[in-house]
Amino acid sequence: MNTRAIDARGLARTFTPRTGEVRAVRGLDLTVEDGELVAFLGPNGAGKSTSMRLLTTLLEPTGGTATVCGHDIRTASAAVRRSIGYVGQGASAGHHQRVRDELVVQARFHGVPRREAADRAERLLADFALEGCAGRTVSTLSGGQRRRLDVAMGMVHGPRLLFLDEPSTGLDPQSRADLWQHVLRMRREHGTTVFASTHYLEEADVFAERVLVMDHGRVIADDTPAGLKAGLAGENGGSGPPPTLDDVFLHLTGRSLRESTVAAPEPTTEGTLP
Amino acid sequence: MTTATDLSTPASRGADRYPNGPLADVWLVCLRELRPVLRDPASIVFGLVQPLVFVALFVPLLDGMSGGALDLQWFVPGVLVMVALFSTAATGSNLQFEMHTGAHERTLVAPVRRWALVVGRALKEMVPLTVQACVLVAVSLPFGFVPHLLGAVAGLGVLAVFGVGFGALSYALALAVREQDWLFWTIQQAVVFPLMILSGMLLPLDEGPGWMQALGAANPLSHVVDAQRALFSGVFDGDAVRGLLAASAVAVVGLAVAVRAMRRG
Repeated sequence: MNTRAIDARGLARTFTPRTGEVRAVRGLDLTVEDGELVAFLGPNGAGKSTSMRLLTTLLEPTGGTATVCGHDIRTASAAVRRSIGYVGQGASAGHHQRVRDELVVQARFHGVPRREAADRAERLLADFALEGCAGRTVSTLSGGQRRRLDVAMGMVHGPRLLFLDEPSTGLDPQSRADLWQHVLRMRREHGTTVFASTHYLEEADVFAERVLVMDHGRVIADDTPAGLKAGLAGENGGSGPPPTLDDVFLHLTGRSLRESTVAAPEPTTEGTLP
Repeated sequence: MTTATDLSTPASRGADRYPNGPLADVWLVCLRELRPVLRDPASIVFGLVQPLVFVALFVPLLDGMSGGALDLQWFVPGVLVMVALFSTAATGSNLQFEMHTGAHERTLVAPVRRWALVVGRALKEMVPLTVQACVLVAVSLPFGFVPHLLGAVAGLGVLAVFGVGFGALSYALALAVREQDWLFWTIQQAVVFPLMILSGMLLPLDEGPGWMQALGAANPLSHVVDAQRALFSGVFDGDAVRGLLAASAVAVVGLAVAVRAMRRG
């Protein structure tokens, strides 16, 4: 049995809206070992979110194969969903729901018995500094509290692999640092594999053990943050200041704006998994 | 020193791909949808303002126009169907809001059967609908409305079945138009008002032109309205049966369409 957290081979997704074909992911080759913390970088429209949606079974691939936690994303989507946590770009919790209720129901969705679900919810509320918000409706939380709740919901069922899609976007620096401390602590305590996309390169530099850079639907770099920076320094012949991960990113993906290439449409009626 | 929260994954239920059984999936979804409603019952009562205004203003008008033939006994059952129609037609906007925020996406990544996500939501419609109907009947009692007890229970059952189906159609519409709020409301209004007028809910169609009567006869809502009038008067006849069949047909079609829409994403 494949024990890798993620193993994708030639994974592809093409959208076919009326405006023309969009090849959002073009043959993604990717392996993530158990326990790794991988940062998934790329400019807007590079295919990061579509890749995440493929790997989390939200979208059906139009080419290639992938297993997540040993389960095929096409033929064993329910088994994949049982093994993963997912924190999307939007809010995971319903605005009109209460904080504790959402944690409990998420655990129950994953088959955690009622009493145990309630117990886990209480402990995660404490772990994520949300005890004072347990009885509040989600809409009354601050942005940082909501994001912590989202991550707690992604963890409440004890997933082997946690997908984080731009988890800290829109948060102030304090809330971002706080969120990552929670993620790192949960990872340390539970050995969870973390696969996180982010536009904050300093986060990737500090927190990730490995960085994948994606552009035009493919992975174009795969190394440790230090390895990527050393590689660019070598290309520069050691002249100038030591490169940052921002420098590496711009070197790999260019300086042109990519907003016009953000063409991958929302999955409307095309190929989602049952 | 604090200890780490035990988050070990629950044991698998044998070969079952899903951690919970189908009914548990439906129940969990239904319960999640019900909680905000039960916590804020004022929203249910607020939904009754419009029907109560109709009762207060239409009944005296109809009474005068019809020479007393159309009274509360005729009008209230129709308004009950109006409550069911309007409240369930709008319920898809709740799903649309969760699609906006991302909460819906989270449920799609959970190991819950896709069909249960929509069936659980649709079944939830029965609760606020039944409460609203009971309040409306209770408010009408002092003004002379006399419901047949057993017939009223049967009528509420028919109404609940219709509500599940029409609510499911509303969810299907939300899934189809996705984040285009304006399109949801435009289609919803374009469907609801003709259905209402062509059901004889507020005014009888007997005096209308032939084409209108033909459309009314083809409108499943007409049969639900007729069934309510019969049942609340204690008449268990063909109207009641046709109403139950029409409501059941709406439920079957609504759930089938909504489940298909949910599976397609």
